[in-house]
Amino acid sequence: MEQVLENNLSNTATTIEAESIVIRFSGDSGDGMQLTGMQFTDTAAFLGNDLSTFPDYPAEIRAPIGTTAGVSGFQVHFGSREIYTPGDEFDVLVAMNAAALKVDLPRLKKGGIIITNTAGFDKKNLGLAGFADGANPLTDGALDNYVVHKLDVTKLVKECLTDSGLGMKEIERSKNMFVLGLLFWMFDEPMDYTLNFINEKFGKKPDIANANIKALKAGWNYGDNTEVFTTRFKVNAASLPKGEYRNITGNHSTAIGLVAAAEKTGLPLFLGSYPITPASDILHDLSKYKTNNVKTFQAEDEIAAIAAAIGASYAGDLGVTTTSGPGMALKTEAMGLALMLEIPLVIVDVQRGGPSTGLPTKTEQSDLLMAMYGRHGESPLPIIAASSPADCFETVYEACRIAVEHMTPVIFLSDGYIANGSEPWRFPTEDQLPPITVKFLTEANGPEGKLLPYKRDDLFVRPWIKPGTKDLMHRIGGLEKQNETGNVSYDAKNHEVMTHLRAAKVEKIADTIAPIKATSGKDSGKLLVLGWGSTAGAIKTAVRECIAQGYDVSHVHLRHINPFPKNLGEVLASYEKVLIPEMNCGQLLQLIRAKYLIPAIGLSKVQGQPYTTSELRNKIIELLK
Amino acid sequence: MATTGEQEVLPKLVSKDFVSNQEVKWCPGCGDYSILKQVQTVMPDLGIPREDIVFISGIGCAARFTYYMETYGMHSIHGRAAAIASGVKAANPDLSVWIVSGDGDAFSIGGNHFIHLMRKNFNVNYLVFNNQIYGLTKGQYSPTSEKGKVAKSTPFGSIEEPFNPSELALGARASFVARSLDRDPKHLQAMLKRANDHQGTSFVEIYQNCAVFNDGAFFAYSDKETKKESAIFLEHGKPMVFGENDSKGIKLDGLTPVIVDLTQPGNSVSDLWVHDETNKTMAHLIASFFDTSYNGVHFPRPFGVIYSEDRACYDDMMKAQIDELITRKGRPSLNKILSGDKTWTIL
Repeated sequence: MEQVLENNLSNTATTIEAESIVIRFSGDSGDGMQLTGMQFTDTAAFLGNDLSTFPDYPAEIRAPIGTTAGVSGFQVHFGSREIYTPGDEFDVLVAMNAAALKVDLPRLKKGGIIITNTAGFDKKNLGLAGFADGANPLTDGALDNYVVHKLDVTKLVKECLTDSGLGMKEIERSKNMFVLGLLFWMFDEPMDYTLNFINEKFGKKPDIANANIKALKAGWNYGDNTEVFTTRFKVNAASLPKGEYRNITGNHSTAIGLVAAAEKTGLPLFLGSYPITPASDILHDLSKYKTNNVKTFQAEDEIAAIAAAIGASYAGDLGVTTTSGPGMALKTEAMGLALMLEIPLVIVDVQRGGPSTGLPTKTEQSDLLMAMYGRHGESPLPIIAASSPADCFETVYEACRIAVEHMTPVIFLSDGYIANGSEPWRFPTEDQLPPITVKFLTEANGPEGKLLPYKRDDLFVRPWIKPGTKDLMHRIGGLEKQNETGNVSYDAKNHEVMTHLRAAKVEKIADTIAPIKATSGKDSGKLLVLGWGSTAGAIKTAVRECIAQGYDVSHVHLRHINPFPKNLGEVLASYEKVLIPEMNCGQLLQLIRAKYLIPAIGLSKVQGQPYTTSELRNKIIELLK
Repeated sequence: MATTGEQEVLPKLVSKDFVSNQEVKWCPGCGDYSILKQVQTVMPDLGIPREDIVFISGIGCAARFTYYMETYGMHSIHGRAAAIASGVKAANPDLSVWIVSGDGDAFSIGGNHFIHLMRKNFNVNYLVFNNQIYGLTKGQYSPTSEKGKVAKSTPFGSIEEPFNPSELALGARASFVARSLDRDPKHLQAMLKRANDHQGTSFVEIYQNCAVFNDGAFFAYSDKETKKESAIFLEHGKPMVFGENDSKGIKLDGLTPVIVDLTQPGNSVSDLWVHDETNKTMAHLIASFFDTSYNGVHFPRPFGVIYSEDRACYDDMMKAQIDELITRKGRPSLNKILSGDKTWTIL
């Protein structure tokens, strides 16, 4: 080591330009892999790379140390071309211990680079990871097909921080910074962003800040000074559309989409929420925007959360509730009430693996049929789904528009994959956001000064009447109402009329939705891949690859699922075959088959993991053979 | 709205201004009629415009109340009125919000919302019509039914301890706890006014007769022959007397309540426990006059304001926090929120 450091010649490593790279940071839950990955991501974003990330972590906060159950991964795919997925396979795997290697090696490209912390491969760690007695992949040739860099990161960090005055535990915590520094060197990326981050984060703890900075720089220098690393990579900036960008996760863009809707409408935003993975970050984020007319209410349970949001909407705020599958199940009765009251409400469901507690930190699209049908009685609700982290913004904003302009609860579907994943976002300015029209009734709308709370307009929308409005006192509730007057009615025919009116109101929303068209491929042809939600990136990539190889395939992606865009039937009929890939057992498939009576083909994946491009490509090619 | 800067002078409202055009559909003899009447009677005296009053109810016989009030109202779903009312109040703290609930609605299916509302202390009024039975579902025992209750679902008697709502509310850190009854209009009116005046969640338990499924459950507290012995009407700052001709009183022996006979020499009103509704320890003791006996002696059921505490309301604090943040940090533009702190430009 000493000798190497003295040999302070400029590094002789050769630099290879790469179009795109996938790195998987993998370690124990306490190894700081999420933070490391995010720092690398932000830096790449600043350099103008397009990218997509995928945090993949266990449900336990601190699962047993050293076991495969405790492995926390962060995957980043960055490139000089457009990137729509976190990547099928990794080019580089950072494995901080034996368990991490065991879990993630299967998805490392043959010939890929492995950077390991040898301290995580002692007898104990190998045993915990489930390697056979005496087996050690670092020494027994198991990794011969890969480029393996064995570093005792723990020791290196200890050596560089002996004089820091910090205890062993704190010193060891800087391991991830050493690795990050090394990767910055490998990919020729500056450390400035992370240096600023460290100074901000540990501003009040200079000892810790200095240790992290020292470890980070030591990592960089290790790459630069040792001649172990003979190759560096350069990923040039992507030619993205001109404009100003930021990096954003789906949950954060959902939060600010809601803030934007509140600001544009002038309606205060009321969030009623109960903590639940993977939706809690929306509650956390919104609670920071109290200066912008946002009220956040952490309720005693999921039901109280939606009930309070209903109360707030009734009183004239924009009511929102955020949750995931188990919370959705608890909220169903209250959704029925909001539907019956015909008041605006946005219900955010960040889907996760189910049923029951299921896979709390893993992704799935299996709440679609619950959103569609999961209430008693005839109870249609608009459903809208986001397709990427940045798309959560526009989609939830659209959910607010529908809720307010059509006086209805709206279900907004996101999922764990896009909620936690991030991508660069060319964010809009305030004046680029479409308007949302808010109308409160201020005087009686019926003959002879009579109030008719359930009198409808051309789109079958009833008026929004705030308590506090003079002379418009009236009562509403969950009991069936007489048409127009809103008085309680048990009349048989009236119930049928009201049932159809409520359904027609939701159908009418289609009048306000733009026609849908293929975003890749042609407007007609042999095969259409129809997707919804977070599969967008993988489908887009697979379809474009197939088109490049000469296949006749197109991609249509749905944002509005209830009602469907009006021209969807026509679009579907323009292709010989329709493939619907979903991270469920075929839920959109059922809806499409039932409504359009076409033999659509399903592709199902329920592994708590997003689709890889190759899974989709293989299916497309199979269907076109 | 008057534009001269002067307050528009409103004609004084009367009770019938609060009567809606909906037909009241409770059973004949139901205690709810009296409660509705008392609420409609006190409303004009509160000086609140009708459009600023909102009644929120859940499900049950009591919950139909909202339809009969000429105010704003929402008849919602079972047990959730407290949570809905919290949202209403958070959205518009200027509204006078009243929750109407029954014992099943408030303490069984809505139990969680009940306790959390007490703790959070939104400035709302929570009226629970306690008839110790499920009425709308036709006669099952409720969480306030006495142990041993023979009802539709307990033909051999209930084996459950009932809630004592006052103790439950105090345990949940309620800032205002009172008890009244349908058959004492004057007392009920006074309690409604007190509830309205209290800043914070005002919980008023109202004993209400269910003429069909639990007739006479509370008659002991209103019938002339039994009322004096079985009930004690609390007044702040007044000694705790009850019984025929105020012949009995309650005194404290340390922290043990003792009933004394004021007709016996040596016992004087001046030795009695003076009710202090702001004293929480005392409130807990009074609330325990339910089925607890002290040294084998059973105590009269307390009515009136058991506890009242000045404590900041959730809605006020919510607003104050937002105002303070805006003053201290300013209000970022939407463009600033959209861009976040870290951006880059692609030219």
